[in-house]
Amino acid sequence: MAEMCRVEKRGRVYLLTLAGTDEHRLNPALLDAIRSALSRVRSVAVASGGSAALVVAAEGKFFSNGFDLAWARVSPSDRTPLMVSALQRTIADLLSFPMPTIAAVTGHAAAAGCFLALSHDYMIMRADRGFLYMSEIDIGVPITENIMAVLRAKIADPRTRRDLLLQGKRMTAAEAAARGIVDRAVGGAAETVEAAVAMGEELAARNWDGEVYASIRKGAFLEACSGIGLAVEEEETETKKAACKL
Amino acid sequence: MCSLEKRGRVYVLSLTGDNEHRLNADLIAELRSALAKVRTEYAAAPEGSALVTAAEGRFFSNGFDLAWANAAGSPSASRQRLSSLVALFKPVVADLMSLPMPTISAVNGHAAAAGLMLAISHDYTVMRGDRGFLYMSELNIGLPFPPYFMSLMRAKIADPRTLRDVTLRAAKITAAEAKARGIVDSVHAGADEALQAAMRMGEELAARNWDGGVYASIRMAAFPDLCRAVGLPAEEKAQTFSSKL
Repeated sequence: MAEMCRVEKRGRVYLLTLAGTDEHRLNPALLDAIRSALSRVRSVAVASGGSAALVVAAEGKFFSNGFDLAWARVSPSDRTPLMVSALQRTIADLLSFPMPTIAAVTGHAAAAGCFLALSHDYMIMRADRGFLYMSEIDIGVPITENIMAVLRAKIADPRTRRDLLLQGKRMTAAEAAARGIVDRAVGGAAETVEAAVAMGEELAARNWDGEVYASIRKGAFLEACSGIGLAVEEEETETKKAACKL
Repeated sequence: MCSLEKRGRVYVLSLTGDNEHRLNADLIAELRSALAKVRTEYAAAPEGSALVTAAEGRFFSNGFDLAWANAAGSPSASRQRLSSLVALFKPVVADLMSLPMPTISAVNGHAAAAGLMLAISHDYTVMRGDRGFLYMSELNIGLPFPPYFMSLMRAKIADPRTLRDVTLRAAKITAAEAKARGIVDSVHAGADEALQAAMRMGEELAARNWDGGVYASIRMAAFPDLCRAVGLPAEEKAQTFSSKL
């Protein structure tokens, strides 16, 4: 069976690529492959000490076109919850990842695929083609609350939320950058990955403690993290942890 | 370490001396005492007022007195000292969030870590444009944030990417960038100009003659998560509201 995603190391950057030129539809198989890869990266990074960064990219025209609705339609009542919870766990993994995370949006990112991209700390998107698109409204599919919590945390502007969610607006990288959704819009797919890796290298060079990084991310995106099911610590524990670092 | 005076309708709280205005137990106690005095004086003769918090020298405040914490003599004693500063400062934020008048911080230089928290605990922030930056250093020194710091930043820095850059990138933010990204309200040529702008703004806001109790209650209602995080009591709004009618 062809690998669904592969991981390589470039300097201090772990580059996870969704393999193949298909739509990278998020079904449990692909989501589990992504989670396994993330878990391997986490173990290797922790074992090797030193700081790192993660870039997630994809081959082909699509970053990810969303949930595998065809797969779910075979038996919707049991398959849909499986898919949704697999996405939630993947997003939880990303939101708790002990290093900076960068989505290299190398193609269309729609619906769940768009959420996957948004779950990274930084987004760099190709400028020459591809859209961010919350297609749920057009397909007639509601969005579960815990995934919505992530969107609310990452897109604060009410009009941008409205246009993406309630209008099904297809946003180019240029528009997404202008609206502050993506950090940079760069040339084509290859340049996007290079720019993401370069950014990863810069961030890794700051030598931040991965655990501290993850804990700060959780505090900064508190509702998203608690919404997606990450445990949120009591105040006293956090203060003691803070003091321990002194 | 800090002085309080009244100029017209504006209370001016100044961190005195050309030093880093490091927040230690003494300075924090003086701040609380000054804010308590403002509250008492206001209550004795309520009229439209405002508070400006300013600082002398090159720094607004560079944060907690970590040198004092580190001089404790053992790692566990150092940890205790830092914990104590974190705990002591929380009521300062609560005092500012519940103060019965508009509050303005005039940032004359670097505002870092707890020093930046002090600045953004005010309703308005004006800053000199020619030098100084805003900076949360914690990630660089490997310290997680106390939860109420995080609540304060989530309340006052609504843009997700700005919040990320401040907390997860330890970005050093100039006045111009802070204005563009919505952290400060206005930028001025130098420290004197920033203070003058803060005073003018204070006078204008004081002249609106707002009821201080109502002002504080609306402010707290606008930032409920932050108020909860700093231990401000749940609103007695219903009572207050009906008594105003």
